[in-house]
Amino acid sequence: MEAEAGGWPMYEVFVRAKRGLNHVHVGSLHAADDEMALHHARDVYTRRNEGISIWVVRSDHITASDPNERASFFEPSADKAFRHPTFYEIPDDVGHM
Amino acid sequence: MRGGMVQTQQTDARQAHFERTIEHEQRIEPADWMPDGYRKTLVRQVAQHAHSEIIGMQPEGDWLTRAPSLRRKAILLAKVQDEAGHGLYLYSAAETLGVDRSELTQKLIDGKQKYSSIFNYPTLSFADVGVIGWLVDGAAICNQVPLCRSSFGPYGRAMVRICKEESFHQRQGYELLLHLMSGTDAQRAMVQDATDRWWWPSLMMFGPPDDESPNTAQSMAWRIKRDTNDTLRQRFVDMSVPQAQALGVTLPDSELRWDEAAGHWHFGTPDWDEFKRVVAGDGPCNEERIRRRREAHEEGAWVREAAAAYAAKQAAKHAAKHAAR
Repeated sequence: MEAEAGGWPMYEVFVRAKRGLNHVHVGSLHAADDEMALHHARDVYTRRNEGISIWVVRSDHITASDPNERASFFEPSADKAFRHPTFYEIPDDVGHM
Repeated sequence: MRGGMVQTQQTDARQAHFERTIEHEQRIEPADWMPDGYRKTLVRQVAQHAHSEIIGMQPEGDWLTRAPSLRRKAILLAKVQDEAGHGLYLYSAAETLGVDRSELTQKLIDGKQKYSSIFNYPTLSFADVGVIGWLVDGAAICNQVPLCRSSFGPYGRAMVRICKEESFHQRQGYELLLHLMSGTDAQRAMVQDATDRWWWPSLMMFGPPDDESPNTAQSMAWRIKRDTNDTLRQRFVDMSVPQAQALGVTLPDSELRWDEAAGHWHFGTPDWDEFKRVVAGDGPCNEERIRRRREAHEEGAWVREAAAAYAAKQAAKHAAKHAAR
């Protein structure tokens, strides 16, 4: 990565499309520093009003879960059906609940 | 021995998981296990596509300073900027496969990776700008819409963005041509001449005929290619013929006729020898395209270095301030 363009690191780009929505990951880019990353993100990912807010973060600052450990990592949530509303039987005549 | 066997079993399980994922029309994401061949083929496919976008800036870029009106100039500038953007989305997708953009750029300017051979043809008049939008971007859209469903997530997502923007490219080109066709005889002749020159190369954009495309079967099994070259080519011809009629130009193919039984337009055979020659490097502009890309890269080195030096200096200043506090 450091070989790129005289050592420009990689950034991940997140865009909020409009009020009320989360920032969503849209891709990555290279930039010399944070400010340049923001400008590049604007030019590359929001040429057609796709965003009202941008976050950039250096890719090497992201900690991600390991896809190979996915089964065990998410296992605590897999066996708890009682966390879901459909787990509970409610008589029909109660109406919407 | 034993270790080797365990490893083989592990790979088999991963391979099975990979194949199941693809079979269920789910996406492969960068951190997932994938066969080496899948990764390699994708790197080649995505890099070649990225290079095509970047080199594709040149033929039309030649007309930026000579556009006939401010309106056309602004549109063309936006279009060429889009091509740069598309290249960047795609390099970004390629990098998720573990390659480095600078390495891909180097391979391009060393002639070790290819780009679409269509960009090795010259743009001789402003009508070419219109015909490129109509036919070349039209063919690209035909190729790319199915790739939005590529089994590789980052590539598919990049294609979704690109296809949305390509639609503007095609429409601005067609509108430009309509405008010229409503002008003088000389302007109509420009459109016909540009159509004559770009029609066959546009058909070649879909690649060699199916029986000469040995990698198609594997790529389709991996769902990184969704239709065969000939299927896409036919789809493009069927789309383009009515558009040519509406425009009032003649497509330069004496064999072109409606085939009632097939429900398709029958068309002639592209000059595949020309295709092979241009792919091999012997097109009208191959040398110029690469030379200019190399010059832009090398002459831009000081900018990249200066930006990196500035960033390092700012970071050091920031660190010193932080330490003093």
